[in-house]
Amino acid sequence: MQYLQQFIFVLVLAVAAYLLIKRVKFIKRGISLGKPLDRTDQSSARWRSMLLVAFGQKKMFKKPLPAFLHLFVYVGFLIINLEVLEFIIDGLAGSHRIFAPYLGSFYTVLMNFFEFLAVAVLISCVIFLIRRNIIKVPRFHKPEMKKWPTLDANIILFIEIILMMAILKMNAADQVLQAKGAEHYTNTGTLFFSSFLMPFFENFEVGTLIIYERVFWWFHIIGILGFAVYVTYSKHLHIFLAFPNTYYANLNPMGKVTNMDSVTNEVKLMLGMPVEGDASTPPAEVGRFGAKDVNDLSWKSLMDSFTCTECGRCTAECPANQTGKKLSPRAIMMATRDRVEEVLTDNKGLENGKSLLNDFISKEEINACTSCNACVEACPVLIDPLSIILELRRYVSMEESGSPATWNSMFQNIETNFAPWKFAPTDRFNWADELKKN
Amino acid sequence: MAEMNAKGESPEILFWVGCAGSFDDRYKSVTKAFVKILNKVGISFAVLGQEESCTGDPARRAGNEFLFQMQAMSNIQVLDGYNVKKIVTACPHCFNTLKNEYPELGGNYEVIHHSTFLQQLIDEGKVKPADGNPFKGKKITYHDSCYLGRSNKVYEAPRRVLEALDVELVEMKRCKTTGLCCGAGGAQMFKDAEPGDKEINVERTEEAIETGANIIASACPFCLTMLADGVKAKDKESDVKVFDLAELIAKAEDL
Repeated sequence: MQYLQQFIFVLVLAVAAYLLIKRVKFIKRGISLGKPLDRTDQSSARWRSMLLVAFGQKKMFKKPLPAFLHLFVYVGFLIINLEVLEFIIDGLAGSHRIFAPYLGSFYTVLMNFFEFLAVAVLISCVIFLIRRNIIKVPRFHKPEMKKWPTLDANIILFIEIILMMAILKMNAADQVLQAKGAEHYTNTGTLFFSSFLMPFFENFEVGTLIIYERVFWWFHIIGILGFAVYVTYSKHLHIFLAFPNTYYANLNPMGKVTNMDSVTNEVKLMLGMPVEGDASTPPAEVGRFGAKDVNDLSWKSLMDSFTCTECGRCTAECPANQTGKKLSPRAIMMATRDRVEEVLTDNKGLENGKSLLNDFISKEEINACTSCNACVEACPVLIDPLSIILELRRYVSMEESGSPATWNSMFQNIETNFAPWKFAPTDRFNWADELKKN
Repeated sequence: MAEMNAKGESPEILFWVGCAGSFDDRYKSVTKAFVKILNKVGISFAVLGQEESCTGDPARRAGNEFLFQMQAMSNIQVLDGYNVKKIVTACPHCFNTLKNEYPELGGNYEVIHHSTFLQQLIDEGKVKPADGNPFKGKKITYHDSCYLGRSNKVYEAPRRVLEALDVELVEMKRCKTTGLCCGAGGAQMFKDAEPGDKEINVERTEEAIETGANIIASACPFCLTMLADGVKAKDKESDVKVFDLAELIAKAEDL
């Protein structure tokens, strides 16, 4: 019987690992659809950004209440996962609480701390559910938060609650077993929070209790492994991707728009200026200007899309969204990820007759952006929706000449009058004469 | 600039006027106010006059990278031709483009925004708003321009300039890093807004009016226009005025 449990455990672990690796490869393939972009410079600034923003959650603290609740869940998951290590060793070795005899009373302290975190996670998740479904915080109820995104968020919170309850119930059953002197149940000392649940189990026989304890144990470990696999399908990937995403974030001033080097070469040729490299060879095929589809965006924009956890802080800050325009930076990120996943799963890939622009993101949305960077500033994991919007605008302008008519006349004014308005360039210095008159 | 160059002089700074500063009837008064301040402190400066051209900012943000780079390259040729080292501009869009986007195309200059420049003049004691300045004790709110604030993290300089005027500075709910855009950035100045239920500038102006301030201070030509339009839309023109920092300083100095 003991060996059967160990065998099943190895099998469960292997299935989870197989599924996880498959999903990690899938996501990696998705991100690799993007164009190259060098983000390996300034490594110390990058580590700093990752430590402060991802590890230290610096940007979350703009909104203190959700920040503290989120911190509980974050620290809880980070630390309770240490306990998973014991679970895995126990599962493989057929032991029970293998660390307890070695750590002695420190084990009791540790377990009590874990239980405190489990309760904190549980309460936080309940409050999060209330915020989403009863108080209905506006940013969770925008048009892009359709069925799946809303259900996804609730499933995640629900799983977290169930997992934490399993830990507490398991510990309660374990403590009753210890009190009854059941074999193999090492003394853990009093575990404060779960001891409140002990009365539920006190009247059971030892045999029944062992079954309960085992069921909670298995429920918790399979739950955690299952959750890890689920996360890769959900919006919850930020728990892993927040780290690389903040490391590879844009370190330039927000106002700086990425230069298109392919255009620089052409402009230099037109102006008769020396071009870097060998000027005698014709310039390499430049491909498309701007982005029509996800493979025209940088890999970082695609990583951004997988990192997005759809919290909507960007959309809540967006001036266009606040005044009722169709643009929502969160929807831009969600659309990008949806398109990447479609390209990977459709056997026609990019050639399935659809594209990011038009089928997933409309011109009306990208045209409404004021490039104010409020969304970029708001994101707790340094996602940059603006760079996607600008790349799409580049495609519309340079490949389709499809910018709004007033923008096309603005372009024309700059070309002919050197100002975005239709004024005679010879009038540019008239203010000086007016100044002299005063 | 051409005149100074012909005389063999090289000015300390180049004042980049910008298109709004050159052509916009309302905003030309900011240009004039800033020039009066420069003249008063006796700094040697030049402008490019008819040789100045759009930096290309709206073209780039509307997606026309070709046009942006054409503008940038020819501006860099002019600036380098005059061996310009230091540029001051009142427009945050010009400022951002010249400072952050020109270096990659070969244009390297020290670029400062007029709010920082005014703050320096105040710190150096070159500009000392008189005690009896007309704004003393007045309630003023400052609207952060996105391209000055979030984009380039210039939040303090404009506020220090206002403090020097001894005004009662009141902040809007959304300010500094969370400041709400006036609605004109990203080339929105040059087209109508998409369908929605409100104009962004009206939303922002309402917030400014709520502070109870009689003056909304701005440091950007687009913001100035948008907020002035917002005040007009709210029919508050007689109670609330919109001014640029340079205008406030020039008025306080009785220039």
